[in-house]
Amino acid sequence: MNLVLIFISAAIVNNFVLAYFLGICPFVGVSKKLSSAISMGMAVTFVMTISAAVTWLIYHLILVPFNVVILEYVAFILVIASLVQLVEMFIRKVSKPLYDTLGIYLPLITTNCAILGLALFAVLREYDFIESLIYGVGAGAGFTLALVIMAGIREELELANIPKPFQGAGITMIVAASLALAFMGFAGLISI
Amino acid sequence: MDIGSLLISMGSMGGLGALFSTGLSIANKKLQVDEDPKVVALKEELPGANCGGCGYPGCGAFAEAVAAGEAEVTDCSVASMDAIEEMANILGVEVSASENLIARVMCQGGNYETAKKAEYEGIESCLAVKMLGGGEKLCEYGCLGYGECVDACSFDAIYMGDNGLPIVIEDKCTGCGNCVDACVRDVIELHPQSEKLFVLCKNHDNPKESRQLCTKACIGCQICVRAAGDDNMYMDNNLARVNYDNYGKDVNLPTDKCPTDCLVVLNAEEAGLEEDQEQAA
Repeated sequence: MNLVLIFISAAIVNNFVLAYFLGICPFVGVSKKLSSAISMGMAVTFVMTISAAVTWLIYHLILVPFNVVILEYVAFILVIASLVQLVEMFIRKVSKPLYDTLGIYLPLITTNCAILGLALFAVLREYDFIESLIYGVGAGAGFTLALVIMAGIREELELANIPKPFQGAGITMIVAASLALAFMGFAGLISI
Repeated sequence: MDIGSLLISMGSMGGLGALFSTGLSIANKKLQVDEDPKVVALKEELPGANCGGCGYPGCGAFAEAVAAGEAEVTDCSVASMDAIEEMANILGVEVSASENLIARVMCQGGNYETAKKAEYEGIESCLAVKMLGGGEKLCEYGCLGYGECVDACSFDAIYMGDNGLPIVIEDKCTGCGNCVDACVRDVIELHPQSEKLFVLCKNHDNPKESRQLCTKACIGCQICVRAAGDDNMYMDNNLARVNYDNYGKDVNLPTDKCPTDCLVVLNAEEAGLEEDQEQAA
């Protein structure tokens, strides 16, 4: 039951994008097309899940025993950067069009604060290995959810008659803010 | 902080770094992707200006689209004919020579032809002039003559003539359309190079007014439409227009029938007259 709660908490209640405002860059950058938003969500979910597992292992098997917890940032960033490189190579090999659609936002997952945030939160909340893993999956699902909702709305907006001052970045910010407000409604549903 | 923890820090981070880099280099070998040699060769031939005129983010993306068959080599309006042929050779296809587009200034209302309502002294910019009561000239459709298009051209293909009208040098014009976007009065249009017959006027005023505004205005007399026939020319709100689908490329026209000389046949010598003289001298 606890695992389900962690998942829902990470995906919806404490959504990384809409409640913590982490990972805003790809949220705005890759949400123009639904299909690329889904793929980006998948890539981020993959990196989040694996990095949650690997950072847990590194933290508990290397950093804590050797008493060098102070190096957690360095170690986590190392893990994330390597994983993103791996994902990048993999996507380029498997699907060149997807690689092109994601463009610069794929290597930018490296500096996506949502992923570093995930690793640090997992340590802070003293999750065990399985909980960390579920937390990673949940956070990835939440990120994908936010991205897909945003992309869906923005695809509709392409056809809408937007007043000139709001066109482009303006309406995107307003939509993002409205989404965040809507997700605030989940606050207090689970306190985890 | 003793020396031991320093060593442990260095060792652990170094170890992790070595581990990950080994993993990545193995993955790099396994997941190696060879870039299409065609794409590399195409990139060499493209202008490399990344102007985005083709609709792709840059020359690299365009090269990939061409190699994948999603775009035609001729979609790049900036590349020279030689480069396009070279790219066609790389792909092993024939180019059906698409026609070059040339920017045409659809106004003859220079300083001598148009009536003026005021003297303008201010910023030398069509946009500024337009915002300030529409400029010196009484005609509300014609060229303002402050050279916004000259500044917009990246290829030095437009210059201001003595008469205060921009002149396009056909040889240098790539048909990119920057001047069309820059013109605040929408006086510049892109036309295929083979189209030589133009109604060089944009004035939709009624005949009485347009006649007073400019000596070279289309006054809506319809003489040309009657001479050419309804299929070939038509009237659009007091302005004669050429139907290029049927006509217009044919230059054997009674252009002398136009009472205000605004129906004209342009040719290369005329458009690039001063340029040619410079080269000759």
